[in-house]
Amino acid sequence: MLAVLTFIVRRSLWTVVVMFVITVVVFFIFFKTPGVDPARALAGRDPSPQVLAEVRQQLGLNRPLWIQYGIMMKKIFITRNLVSYSDQGELIIPEIFAAAPITLSLVFGASVIWVVAAIVMGVAAARLRGTIYDPVLMILALIGLSTPVFWLGQVVILITQVKLHSSIFSWVQLGYTPLTQSPVKWFEGLIFPWITLSILYIGLYARVLRANLLEVQNEDYVRTARAKGLSERRVLLRHTLRTSMITFLSLFGLDFGALVGGGAILTEVVFGIHGVGFLTWESLTNLDLPTIMAVVIYGAFFIVLANALVDVAYAWIDPRVRPT
Amino acid sequence: MTEPLLDIRNLSVTFRTEDGLVRAVDGVSATLQQGETLGIVGESGSGKSVTMMTVMRLITDPNATFEGEVYYKGVDLLALPQDQIRSIRGAGISMIFQDPMTSLNPVYKVGWQIAEQIREHEKISKQGARARAIELLTSVGIPNAAERVDNYPHEFSGGMRQRVMIAMAISCNPDVLIADEPTTALDVTIQAQILKLIRKLKSDYGTAVVLITHDMGVVADMADRIAVMYAGRIVEQGTQRELFYDPQHPYTWGLLGSIARLDRPRPRRLAAIPGQPPSLMRLPAGCAFAERCAYRFDACETQQPQLLDRLGTGHLDACLLSEQRKHAIRTRTVEPELVEETP
Amino acid sequence: MAAIAEQVSTTELRPAAAGRNPWALAWRRLRSNRIALAALGLFILIVVVCLAAPLYAHDLAHIGNPLSPNLNGTTVANGKVVPIMQEGGGILHLGETPIGPTWSLGHYFLGADGLGRDVASLVLYGGRASLQIGLASAVICCVVATVFALIAGFFGGLTDTILSRIMDIVWSFPVILLAICIATVLLTQPNGVKVGFLTIYATSLWVPTFIIALIYVPYVYRPVRGQVLSVVQKEFVEASIAQGASNFRLIFSEILPNVISTVIVLLPLITATNILTESALSYLSVGVQPPNVSWGTIIADGQDLLYTRPWVSLAPGIMIVLTVLALNVLGDGVRDALDPRAKLRVK
Ligand SMILES: Nc1ncnc2c1ncn2[C@@H]1O[C@H](COP(=O)(O)OP(=O)(O)OP(=O)(O)O)[C@@H](O)[C@H]1O
Ligand SMILES: [Mg+2]
Repeated sequence: MLAVLTFIVRRSLWTVVVMFVITVVVFFIFFKTPGVDPARALAGRDPSPQVLAEVRQQLGLNRPLWIQYGIMMKKIFITRNLVSYSDQGELIIPEIFAAAPITLSLVFGASVIWVVAAIVMGVAAARLRGTIYDPVLMILALIGLSTPVFWLGQVVILITQVKLHSSIFSWVQLGYTPLTQSPVKWFEGLIFPWITLSILYIGLYARVLRANLLEVQNEDYVRTARAKGLSERRVLLRHTLRTSMITFLSLFGLDFGALVGGGAILTEVVFGIHGVGFLTWESLTNLDLPTIMAVVIYGAFFIVLANALVDVAYAWIDPRVRPT
Repeated sequence: MTEPLLDIRNLSVTFRTEDGLVRAVDGVSATLQQGETLGIVGESGSGKSVTMMTVMRLITDPNATFEGEVYYKGVDLLALPQDQIRSIRGAGISMIFQDPMTSLNPVYKVGWQIAEQIREHEKISKQGARARAIELLTSVGIPNAAERVDNYPHEFSGGMRQRVMIAMAISCNPDVLIADEPTTALDVTIQAQILKLIRKLKSDYGTAVVLITHDMGVVADMADRIAVMYAGRIVEQGTQRELFYDPQHPYTWGLLGSIARLDRPRPRRLAAIPGQPPSLMRLPAGCAFAERCAYRFDACETQQPQLLDRLGTGHLDACLLSEQRKHAIRTRTVEPELVEETP
Repeated sequence: MAAIAEQVSTTELRPAAAGRNPWALAWRRLRSNRIALAALGLFILIVVVCLAAPLYAHDLAHIGNPLSPNLNGTTVANGKVVPIMQEGGGILHLGETPIGPTWSLGHYFLGADGLGRDVASLVLYGGRASLQIGLASAVICCVVATVFALIAGFFGGLTDTILSRIMDIVWSFPVILLAICIATVLLTQPNGVKVGFLTIYATSLWVPTFIIALIYVPYVYRPVRGQVLSVVQKEFVEASIAQGASNFRLIFSEILPNVISTVIVLLPLITATNILTESALSYLSVGVQPPNVSWGTIIADGQDLLYTRPWVSLAPGIMIVLTVLALNVLGDGVRDALDPRAKLRVK
């Protein structure tokens, strides 16, 4: 028990360190890139001299570096009153928090699809090894892996909204409706974004899982399981797949974190879903750097947190690395 | 003689590889009687594991082809459909492997793994299977079995894990236990304990054992009959007495090497024979051992020796040398010149 | 005789012979891998076609500058001279719509984009930018990562710890956000960024190249460092140390040759990833900047025309899929050839 505690404490400490370093790195990118004037960068597109002066004053840009850093962090985490200069002084942090559930809806639905589909595909390919189906499945996976998600989104829009909109896809209303408002609309609006977002991950995970299954299949303990007289099905599900899931799940945690932390931006932009990613993109087109900075820091925090959770979960699903 | 428990007839296994066909097992025939221990010895790569894995139908390589028959209680295992071979694996014939460190699934408790096998073959409750697992662990000499049953494999030492493997293998009272180098990965004192355990099981339950090993000393202790394999074939087969006191094949002489000498400690490994075994892809037309044999003559290069009962006593060997010649060689030197002491 | 007919696969045979020259063996395996060869052929074809962009634009289509707007031009479709920007058209029959694909080479084959430019020429020129950025950033990324990995793995200790921790931190950034961060900061500086004596302009292709190279360094660093560590532990390096070889010589003549195969396996895969990343950044308007075009920017511009002129988006997207797919297949082939039991995996 004590070992578990020290493990968690150590992991948490490292998490805090990484988060600190991330804020420092982001701070330096925005405030200290050689040759870049931070006031000019943060003040939005073509700022007036008054705005520039205001930015300088509000962010303490004439004061020592560490005070600048402190002011920034205070505005992001404590007072949460960082404002966007291109967006009429809109408060940024509440905006991010309002967008987060939308991103979560998108990523959550997609992840359900990709986990199920990837397991089916990976297991099928591994089982059908030596037949033509295995390479066919893997080429499909590779195509999924090679398709830019935003372009795929456009193709999906083209099919559902233009080409086949009057026939089979007339029910599709792309866009976000809160789940609490109408579960059916929520589902109808998100199903195609989910599929679009999941294609890449289906390809990736199916390949990883297949490779892992084939690797584990050669392990001695799988031979032992067969020698025990277990059915092929049981050998596959309880022995081969069970150990392969260790890699699979840890990858999943990281990707889920990365998507919620901002990685879903492309899908959100192409479908016009107003999540955190879309917010970032809007800020991009306005060169609204304070918003970008805040989103990046919050996104990175989420990812770091997900990484830490994955490590703890890893110890939970793999007894070998469990601290004793 | 009663009908043998296990009857391997003219078994061959061929693998297709990038560089051509590998004939890993070539026309092997052997029998195992009820309660008997058959030792299989031979250098690394001689096909011992592939033979016994084929008996269990555990070779999953899609590039393998099998010929011959393996009768177990009158049924040809090689012709059985998957679901029937499953009821034999683990219950009729079970197997333990060389490396106990990797043979148990790292993510399950050992008790669970033993119970899983019992529940596969018998109608028994979860608690019942667990109780049996504890019993079995106790019987293979694991102290504190009631607690250890809930440990994971990585919490056991190598010797202990091999005991767990043995407990698992005997959990359904098999007729045949195949032990593939059960002690190779363990250190010497543990080796002796594991062998003692296997011998005890044999006498307690009357299980027939196939013992694969590199160690002539081990077969001398354990085996009733011995088969010597070389390059996928059996080159000599006989009772333990016959093999040790009247070896017929120059390869066996080489293996026995210094074991015959009473003035030296027994070497653990097979004596080193100079030279390499031939590539299984390009086996010579004649005797596979000829290249390394100090007593070869012209016929060895062209004529493939058959495994025959040349003495008329049931002691088989595959060497073309005449009986007189063998006798002459063996009276001239107890220890054939081709054998060099391992340092 | 009972022969069990197991399913026989013609691929994935195990090597039986060991100890031959691994490069010769790898080359032989790659040559016998038809799918990988086809992928290599496809990739080379795409590169050649994109390099031939001026040939198409100037000599076949007679376009002066394919990147400049051409709102008042005309072209030939079905034997008739037609304006490039057509009145009405589209679903709502409002405003101007660029001409759609004529499917006639040299005459707005794939139609025009919102600025009246020839999409076919744009795709070829955009391909040059995308391929250049993808390949250059992959090479830079691999070189930088390998140098760091060699240093970290060879010297070990504190050097290793510090380098690896830095990589961990870069790793924990969301790649695309990190790229966005750097790109936006650079884009707010209209007069370019001065680094020492060097001035980088925001519109230069080198900006996305360097950004992409940087963010993927940890992805190459990790596997290569692992490889370096295992090589360093092998005896032959110890033997060389005993002979008093210099560190420099050791790293480059003893260790590098043994880890280079890992890098070679990663190179096509990283190139594929980088081309995808470039297109994503360009789609978000923080990658390639006007007046340059890349596949990603064309797709971004095509978004507005999706309902009326889908080929503006479809064409560059298909090119990306083909290129990246070819590189991924090739990467798999190279990996299988060099190390059939490889544990290397790249996202
Ligand atoms: N799947 C396979 N594909 C190709 N060749 C194989 C395969 N499995 C085994 N072999 C070859 O078959 C031969 C016999 O192997 P086997 O494992 O039976 O040897 P062994 O006598 O058990 O040796 P050891 O004492 O080292 O365990 C070896 O040369 C091996 O390379
Ligand atoms: Mg073996």
